[in-house]
Amino acid sequence: MTFSFLDFAFYAFAAILIFAALMVVTVRNPVKAALFLVLAFFSAACIWITLEAEFLAIVLVLVYVGAVMVLFLFVVMMLDINLVQMREGFGKYLPVGGFVALLLVAELIIILNAKVFSPESMPRPVGQPADYSNTQQLGEILYTQYAYPFEIAAIILLVAIIAAISLTLRRRPQTRYQKPAKQISARKEDRLRVVSMKSEKPDPDAAGAGSE
Amino acid sequence: MISLTHYLVLAAVLFSIAVVGIFLNRKNVVILLMAIELLLLAVNINFVAFSHYLQDIAGQVFVFFILTVAAAEAAIGLAILIVLFRNRHTINVEDLNRLSG
Repeated sequence: MTFSFLDFAFYAFAAILIFAALMVVTVRNPVKAALFLVLAFFSAACIWITLEAEFLAIVLVLVYVGAVMVLFLFVVMMLDINLVQMREGFGKYLPVGGFVALLLVAELIIILNAKVFSPESMPRPVGQPADYSNTQQLGEILYTQYAYPFEIAAIILLVAIIAAISLTLRRRPQTRYQKPAKQISARKEDRLRVVSMKSEKPDPDAAGAGSE
Repeated sequence: MISLTHYLVLAAVLFSIAVVGIFLNRKNVVILLMAIELLLLAVNINFVAFSHYLQDIAGQVFVFFILTVAAAEAAIGLAILIVLFRNRHTINVEDLNRLSG
């Protein structure tokens, strides 16, 4: 039984992932929790790369670490949270929470040790050739077989955009805003009045000086 | 040799940690949202692992959609959180009892 590089990578990233997840749920400061969540997502992306899901790993880093976690950090830093009040009952729920978690892990491990998941019945597939493109394969199936769900996903994102903006947008009555419709509909006749005046006689001295 | 069980157990442990997080941080909505993200991550690891071992790319398509929905959920959840904080000046779950539910 040899210990390959893949085994080493899996155990290393799995250990980091578990550690980061534990820190997310136990650390006192929400900013630190968000940063540990970034670490968890990053190690999960590394584990997905060992599973040859390169596109999703990069998407996890770009979308989650780059967008969602920045949103989390932004909100956490903007809110003024009373940390002492937030920690009330932390120890009170620890026994029941730990009990439920241990039960969950034990049950899942008992089920996952079944024969169908064993290496004999489900061996690790041989690696793809070097010119294999995970992105291309995913794109081909996403835009053909899953085109309809893909469009629904786009609608969901649009709904999220509209919901987030409409929830957080507020109009302050004392603030003065521009009214673009009024600006566009302004006409020359409303603002400019042409007054016809009698033309005045030019000053003879000034006219003579100007002609020279 | 890393088998499918390794990945499944890893996802199970991650899922349980997230469940404990929901139990422990019952007052802090921000940490609750982070725990939900961890739950979804554990499910996604399962999907990717099965997708690799069964050599079926459909699992990765599902992860793609889960990521989409999770991003939308996080955005709307945080927007609701900001509105709550603006109106009540707290995000303590115990103080959010205006609906008397």
